[in-house]
Amino acid sequence: MSFPWAKHYAPTNPFMKWMDERLPVPRLVYNAVGAGYPVPRNLNYFWNFGVLAGAALGIQIITGIVLAMHYAANGGVAFDSVEHIMRDVNAGWFLRYAHANGASMFFIVVYLHIFRGLYYGSYKAPREMVWLLGVTIFLLMMATAFMGYVLPWGQMSFWGAQVITGFFSAIPGVGETIRVWLLGGFAPDDAALNRFFSLHYLLPFVIAAVIILHIWALHIPGSNNPTGVEVKGEQDTVPFHPYYTAKDGFGLGIFLLVFAGLLFFYPNYLGHPDNYIPANPLSTPAHIVPEWYFWPFYAILRAFTADFILPAKLWGVLAMFGSILLLFFLPWLDSSPVRSNNYRPKARIAFWILVLDVLVLGYCGGSPADPAYVIASQIASIYYFAHFLIILPMISRSERPLPLPNSITEAVLANHGGTSPAQTALA
Amino acid sequence: MVRFIAMLVGIAFAGVLAIALFGSVTGVITDPPPATAEHEFHLHPRELDLASNGPFGKFDMRQVQRGMQVYKEVCSACHSLRLVSFRDIKDMGYSDAQVKVFAASYDNIPSINPDTGEVATRKGVPSDRFPSPFANEVAARAANNNALPPDLSLMTKARHDGPAYIYSLLTGYRNQPAELLKKFPDAKTPPGLHYNPYFANLNIAMTPPLTADGQVTYTDGTKSTVDQMAKDVAAFLSWTAEPRLQARHTAGFAAMLFLAIFCFLAYGAYQNVWRNVKH
Repeated sequence: MSFPWAKHYAPTNPFMKWMDERLPVPRLVYNAVGAGYPVPRNLNYFWNFGVLAGAALGIQIITGIVLAMHYAANGGVAFDSVEHIMRDVNAGWFLRYAHANGASMFFIVVYLHIFRGLYYGSYKAPREMVWLLGVTIFLLMMATAFMGYVLPWGQMSFWGAQVITGFFSAIPGVGETIRVWLLGGFAPDDAALNRFFSLHYLLPFVIAAVIILHIWALHIPGSNNPTGVEVKGEQDTVPFHPYYTAKDGFGLGIFLLVFAGLLFFYPNYLGHPDNYIPANPLSTPAHIVPEWYFWPFYAILRAFTADFILPAKLWGVLAMFGSILLLFFLPWLDSSPVRSNNYRPKARIAFWILVLDVLVLGYCGGSPADPAYVIASQIASIYYFAHFLIILPMISRSERPLPLPNSITEAVLANHGGTSPAQTALA
Repeated sequence: MVRFIAMLVGIAFAGVLAIALFGSVTGVITDPPPATAEHEFHLHPRELDLASNGPFGKFDMRQVQRGMQVYKEVCSACHSLRLVSFRDIKDMGYSDAQVKVFAASYDNIPSINPDTGEVATRKGVPSDRFPSPFANEVAARAANNNALPPDLSLMTKARHDGPAYIYSLLTGYRNQPAELLKKFPDAKTPPGLHYNPYFANLNIAMTPPLTADGQVTYTDGTKSTVDQMAKDVAAFLSWTAEPRLQARHTAGFAAMLFLAIFCFLAYGAYQNVWRNVKH
């Protein structure tokens, strides 16, 4: 599961030897994140985000479990139980704001982690399973976040649930039956709220299990690196501990600094004021929008305004799910043997257009459905699908990549100072 | 094979989007969205400089106390404050005895006659919540021309730019401008409603609550102009929505300081670990 030159776990302490013979957990840790796991020496800060995502999940689970001790999942009391947490529970305000802003931090970190994967070709052979498991984690995160947002039972909670569960009715024939079955009623109500609470508590542990598989799948070939050139020898790597434990420790500090800034000083900045109004099924908010991390997909959903064989609503739903599901096929859509966009000039341009495109989609998703925003969403959605399904496959076939370095060490010695995308983007 | 199907799917989505785009563009050109009175005449809240604003904000408890007096004497006739307990006002600087007296000044806390079991009222104790002026929603609507005065506990968090919005709304009542009636003759304020450009759809059911200077006599001697009362009640409602704001800011300052030092040390450790390794 590692490189031949990896250090071996050799306990000297008698207790540790006793443990190693009976339940080799210390050995597992040593081989996974300790001195026994060699990692390319040239990783840049974009490689910090995986560990930060794990930390964010840990924060969410801990704050979530404690919140669940005080929260009540019943329509009549849910909103008030959250306010009880905010006002009366010791440090309840901290738990609630940590959990709400922690979800945003989790998505920020995961989006940066995904875009690192897209830029450096981390999804390519032999790491396809790492990528597939990662997209699965992303889908589970979205489900968890959606259900979590419903729990405070504010206006946006209720109406967001109404809109999202309404998607199922777009399925021809059985759609409405499925929708009512999932909700446990004709509209979001106590049945839906209770089951969302149950699943919201469950899914993070499913995510944790998939993360274990994700890291296991990664540790078979080892980490990718900014050059995309595979590890050739011992000089290309450093042991994970202490080199990347130190770097990740610093990264964690920055992450917590940003998190604390949000939590303590702008805790409601990323939220929507309407969710401080108790849910009212008889009063529709002027603008129903999900949380910011769903905005690009919401924009894609609302971009489909024309019927064509299928009704527009169904196109929108298919496209919204399709926009994530197509990521599963990325390793096979992009056939270039060159991994890193540092050496793929055309793919690099397409990548940055994609980044701009997703930001535009995000902005449109959070805005009202005025014609200007709808038109922008339509243009941006065209590029999004074209990028993954048409442009990237075509580029990967016809492109002339730049010459790759012979090894990681060669790249490090030649280009001392790192090989960050910003540097090569200017080159 | 995968790429062939992907190409088809991409063309399908892009194609349907192109059709939709064509429809949207022609729609905007041939049938542009009409201008609305709300869009043109709605005003964003005026700036309000409260002591609790900003990352180092702290409540000006004098102002919050004045705001509570305004709430009690003006707003509580129609608006409930059901998430705030009497004991919470201790944070404003009142003593336990003062809180008891304040709670006992309310004699309309819903309860049950202990002998007959009939619905009754009793005097307040510190653990009670502020009582609602109406028994239920039906009663509230019946007394207010079918409009429901919302609970105010979270109002500054439930509206964009909450405190500034409250202040602007309360001081924003005015006559409907003539140019609005000229441009949008159908948008005349209906009878029973009042024109207020800070309200989302310009016409609010609430009658102007702060009508004259001196409506409330402040116990600390501050001049109670309409502007001052509006500011004070906005400060009070900021407190009801975020009672833990001060503790949060203090904890935040400590957390940021700690983390900044931690980052500094962690960076030093990182540089030290990597000092002999080219990367």
